[in-house]
Amino acid sequence: MNSIPSMDTVDLAKRVRIHALHMTSTGGSSHIGAAFSIADILAVLYGQIMRHDPKQPSWAGRDRFILSKGHAGAAVYATLAEVGYFPTKQLKLHYQDGSVLSGHVSHKGIHGVELSTGSLGHGLGVGTGMAKALKLAGQDQRVFVLMSDGECDEGTIWEAALFAQHHSLENLVAIVDYNKIQSLAPIAETIALEPFRQKWESFNWSVVEADGHDHNSLVKALCTLPAKSGRPTVIIAHTVKGKGVSFMENTVLWHYRTARGEEFNLALAELEKS
Amino acid sequence: MRDRFIQTLCQLAEKDPRIMLITGDLGFAVLDDYRRRFPKQFINAGVAEQNMTLVATGMALEGHVVFTYSIGNFPTLRCLEMIRNDSAYHGANVKVVSIGGGFSYGQLGISHHATEDLAIMRSLPEVTSVSPTSLGEVTEATKAITLTAGTCFLRLDKDKGPDGPADEPFVLGRPRLLRKGSDVAFFTTGGILSEVVKAADQLALAGINASIYSVHTIKPIEPDRFIQAARSHRAVVTVEEHTIHGGLGGLVLETLADAGSFPAKFLRIGLDGCFSSVVGTQGYLRTVYRMDAASIVQRTQSLLSS
Repeated sequence: MNSIPSMDTVDLAKRVRIHALHMTSTGGSSHIGAAFSIADILAVLYGQIMRHDPKQPSWAGRDRFILSKGHAGAAVYATLAEVGYFPTKQLKLHYQDGSVLSGHVSHKGIHGVELSTGSLGHGLGVGTGMAKALKLAGQDQRVFVLMSDGECDEGTIWEAALFAQHHSLENLVAIVDYNKIQSLAPIAETIALEPFRQKWESFNWSVVEADGHDHNSLVKALCTLPAKSGRPTVIIAHTVKGKGVSFMENTVLWHYRTARGEEFNLALAELEKS
Repeated sequence: MRDRFIQTLCQLAEKDPRIMLITGDLGFAVLDDYRRRFPKQFINAGVAEQNMTLVATGMALEGHVVFTYSIGNFPTLRCLEMIRNDSAYHGANVKVVSIGGGFSYGQLGISHHATEDLAIMRSLPEVTSVSPTSLGEVTEATKAITLTAGTCFLRLDKDKGPDGPADEPFVLGRPRLLRKGSDVAFFTTGGILSEVVKAADQLALAGINASIYSVHTIKPIEPDRFIQAARSHRAVVTVEEHTIHGGLGGLVLETLADAGSFPAKFLRIGLDGCFSSVVGTQGYLRTVYRMDAASIVQRTQSLLSS
């Protein structure tokens, strides 16, 4: 049975970013900054860490992946297409009338998406339920839930965090895309999360911090799970919103803005030479 | 009704290991038998109903049939987006059980009055909504939603409804004719059927013959009974311990209007657009809000003579 694919994850991340740029620009959609922020995490998960089989999307032995920050769905669609779940040419339909590739990630009509999201704070709870069921069944599949930092404002994240540690769900892995910028302003100026690591530790999770753009750092964090026996793991991935295009990095603006014209050309050029 | 539900669930869980009961930290003593017999099919999610619903969805997507259990509005309104986006949209086998329909917890105040849940749950696509009117229907409904794929809502009442044999079988989505008359057709849902039966008895003494239909399923619904009743009675009256806006009354009116079948006279009995801020027993609040047997009699007589 297929297990962990092995591919050049750096190149995969680059292609995911280029797809996401095309998709959001063609569609006129937002959230390119959020998609770039998670491109490396997705590339490492799908390219090196998760057991999955694009030829059998419902293979029972697969690790489960949930994008809880559904607004970065373009990056997930691009990743799924690149690793073989559906043709990359389908990505052109993103955000178009009648398309199955909605702005927020959706499972309808698409192979490889476990959960449709878009309203924040849902993914960790559903992933927790999946992990509980897998554990009860004596299965060893892991459940990976990728969340945003701003999403941690949602109370349901902490409801799930309590539940997961109480049930010792060591097969559950939350990854926080900690780019430190949320919708209108930096996290620190909105609803401060620090001390963030200690919050998770106090909820009895094992905490691993990683550079969310350094693939070696991500692999190191993700290849020895659970980080502590009997505990769910949270990987706080330090990231840069808009990573990969200099003028998009670390800005609130590119949470929403769509690259058009010269901006698109400049962004594409930067990504292609990276 | 809740005891009958648990008894039935015990019978089902014995044969079906997929069944999982998750409570939002409620069910003191009531759940003891189930917990003792099926410890591996029971989870207390704590006072966290939204996460209870999310966890239920995740477990359902992995193959379980998950019942979420809480009271009043907690498993429904509080979790509405989780039920919509996660359970229902993914066709997950989550069965939302709310004990304490209507004024069941009347003395506890407005937070515990479930008076909009039918209207709200009814609006959700692909969600089966059931509100039994008697203990027999609780048994049948529990079995039926277990076998029904996807997300379901089961609304249970403190009032166990009237006793008595059921002449018609329980079929999800098909109102049951409990009594045949010719003057007025009562459509009702939930335990308040007991008030409707009393009212019909009193009306009979006054020479008014009533049909009574149990609308145990709010969604999906077969429209035939509504249409037939509108044609064959002088008046149609809906009775629900719930707002008259969008619940059973809305369901019957919408169905009749869609069919182009308009009753000669129509009355919705229920909570009319206000918060039930009065405190009291279920029976007391039915009187205050004019949905007890005496009020049903008086309002029906006024309707027929208008």
